[in-house]
Amino acid sequence: MSSDAVDARPEVLVEIRGLCFRRGERVIFEDLDLDIRRGTVTAVMGPSGTGKTTLLKLITGQLHPDAGTIRVAGQEVTRLNTAALFRLRQRMGMLFQSGALLTDLSVFDNVAYPLREHTNLSASMVRKLVLLKLEAVGLRGARDLMPAELSGGMARRVALARAIALDPMMILYDEPFTGQDPISMGMLMALIRQLNDASGLTSILVSHDVRETASIADYLYVIFEGRVVARGTPDALAADQSAWVRQFMDGLPDGPVHFHYPAPALAEDLLTRRAR
Amino acid sequence: MLDPLARLGRRVLEALERLGRGHLLLLAILLGLGEVLRRPRLLWEQMFNIGVLSLLIVGVSGLFVGMVLALQGYYVLSQFGAAESLGVMVTASLVRELGPVVTALLVAGRAGSALTAEIGLMKATEQLSGLEMMAVDPVRRILVPRFLGGVLSMPLLAAIFSAVGVLGGYFVGVGLLGVDEGAYWSQMQAKIDFDEDLVNGMLKSLAFGVVVTWIALFQGYDTVPTSEGVSRSTTRSVVQAALVVLGLDFVLTALMFGD
Repeated sequence: MSSDAVDARPEVLVEIRGLCFRRGERVIFEDLDLDIRRGTVTAVMGPSGTGKTTLLKLITGQLHPDAGTIRVAGQEVTRLNTAALFRLRQRMGMLFQSGALLTDLSVFDNVAYPLREHTNLSASMVRKLVLLKLEAVGLRGARDLMPAELSGGMARRVALARAIALDPMMILYDEPFTGQDPISMGMLMALIRQLNDASGLTSILVSHDVRETASIADYLYVIFEGRVVARGTPDALAADQSAWVRQFMDGLPDGPVHFHYPAPALAEDLLTRRAR
Repeated sequence: MLDPLARLGRRVLEALERLGRGHLLLLAILLGLGEVLRRPRLLWEQMFNIGVLSLLIVGVSGLFVGMVLALQGYYVLSQFGAAESLGVMVTASLVRELGPVVTALLVAGRAGSALTAEIGLMKATEQLSGLEMMAVDPVRRILVPRFLGGVLSMPLLAAIFSAVGVLGGYFVGVGLLGVDEGAYWSQMQAKIDFDEDLVNGMLKSLAFGVVVTWIALFQGYDTVPTSEGVSRSTTRSVVQAALVVLGLDFVLTALMFGD
């Protein structure tokens, strides 16, 4: 697609066309098309190992595709040099699965890190901003704790405060709900939605937690074996009758995705005389 | 028939690739050295971690090495009636050889392994990717201060090792074995040459500082981000550093002292 066409669609913040990506022999993405519209929460879902995290790393330029284009805010990510890529990344926040907080810095210093790094704000201004960001995730009182003293859910909320420190245009969430108890799950869901709407952000959420994701997302993509197999609003996908979508959305143990990893027939396998 | 050959070829290619990545990383580190001028605090922290915290093990080892050198040296030298030269022998061995080499081995074991584990775990816990996503270059921010801290600490530690060793030799030689105190110091003063002995020893230890820190940082940065991967990288960091230091020592000694 030409650049004029992109500019003609300012409502699309991220546009991916014909994306191909391989890891060695393994094909992760094959001719993937995907649009993320401004101001929405868009979720990319799929079984484990379908390359959802890889997709985020491609969008942020941490990995390079084998073919295809990735445009973020009109800029072709694959062609940016390091300086331009770093400038673009200052406008994106990413929430890693583990939180990725710097373990030798306190909660306060972690959130202050991007501010001190990329702005010339005075210490008192940095303090005010950090406290506001921590207040937004409900952890203003935890500012002096070290990352090791936080629960998993708290660490993720601190990481979220850090991700919004520079008021980005977009936040990418990598499996935000994995391993969370119901309470912190609820907190995170509410936070993601609130931050998106209150600050006019665009959110990309990668997850396999179907129910939670569907309840806060505006638009869903389901990817499997390197392609988009279904797309639509949560309601549309809930009504979709294709076997694949039903298996994924309803969590059925068998269907187009088989319960068994590919293997020779059981009887044949048991009769073979081999050590393993 | 061809399988082992193919495996061997793959191993060699992998090793060459790793070597290439290692050199690219060193280049990136060297290009980023200016970073510590902007943030000198990062360098002080690392010199504390790598240098100051290694002082105890380096000092204690230096003391015992010097004491043993005096014992052994006295035994040989007294057979030729040259026990007064004990000071020269102890000092030359320490400054030229044992100081730089043993210090490098100790630092590789104490600080190098810690560096590898730290960087490896930062990679495994996505802290390095997190920095990249905050538009901060982890090579400049994390690796450069550690590299420079290690390189600058090494000669200082080696000097301390040698100095403490000379004192250890003095305690044993003069205090215990009855070598003449005046002879111990004055012969040392007369025979140990500043350029030939001290400067060459310092240069050696600077070179060891570069390789030990470089290997430690690369092994951490290039680790497979799992617990097994980090453990393997840490082992590899110490083993490789030790072997490279000993090999490099031979080359440098031949260049400096073999005429």
